[in-house]
Amino acid sequence: MRLEYFQMIDRVASLDGEAIVVESTIPDASPVFEGHFPGYPLMPGVLLVETMAQASGWLLLKLMNFERMPFLMGVKEAKFRSFVGPSTPVTVHAKRIHDGSGYAVTQARIEANGKRICDAELTLRIMDFPAPELAAAMRGRGQELGLA
Amino acid sequence: MASSFDRIADIIAENSEVPRDKILPDSHVINDLGIDSLDFLDIVFAIDKAFGIKVPVEAWTQEVNAGNAPAEQYFVMKNLAARIDELVAAKGG
Repeated sequence: MRLEYFQMIDRVASLDGEAIVVESTIPDASPVFEGHFPGYPLMPGVLLVETMAQASGWLLLKLMNFERMPFLMGVKEAKFRSFVGPSTPVTVHAKRIHDGSGYAVTQARIEANGKRICDAELTLRIMDFPAPELAAAMRGRGQELGLA
Repeated sequence: MASSFDRIADIIAENSEVPRDKILPDSHVINDLGIDSLDFLDIVFAIDKAFGIKVPVEAWTQEVNAGNAPAEQYFVMKNLAARIDELVAAKGG
């Protein structure tokens, strides 16, 4: 996990139909932790949401054969149940619960040490890639993750 | 069972700030009710679930943008309800 580059996913553990499980480790150090919080570093909730959104996004990209791009549009029922700090390996589960016209809805959760950290329902708008560079970058990273 | 119009109007009222009594058969979802794109996504999701269909919003939008159909055909409430009824019928429901 590289927080400063918004690279939240390290590897794909499994992909099974409409569900994906990915793994990542919260970094040992980051400027993010200098502010959140001094003397008590915690992974910010907004970055946990981003992590769930990216797991959902990779799932959708794979299901769409990397032909269109999902963008986070809505977060519902987000609950942050436990703190999680630096150097912690986390497992992110995401599954598509609805495949709409131009959008998809996923349910996602993050666990650490077998304990649920957070969960949410996410809405992602599905669009044509707005830039060829983005399409190429997503496919490149998808290949690294074994998805493309 | 309530009419499709009433079910859709209820869904819109639940997923936006539009009062239920302002949603009329001749209301244009965007122009008259002022539904924004994110609320509209929530509304479509709720309609998809309630009716067991997939509202083809992208195809509708493409038709309108290409000038092949008037927006009113899909986005005025009474017509939207008719389109939903057609989708339900086509699905065999």
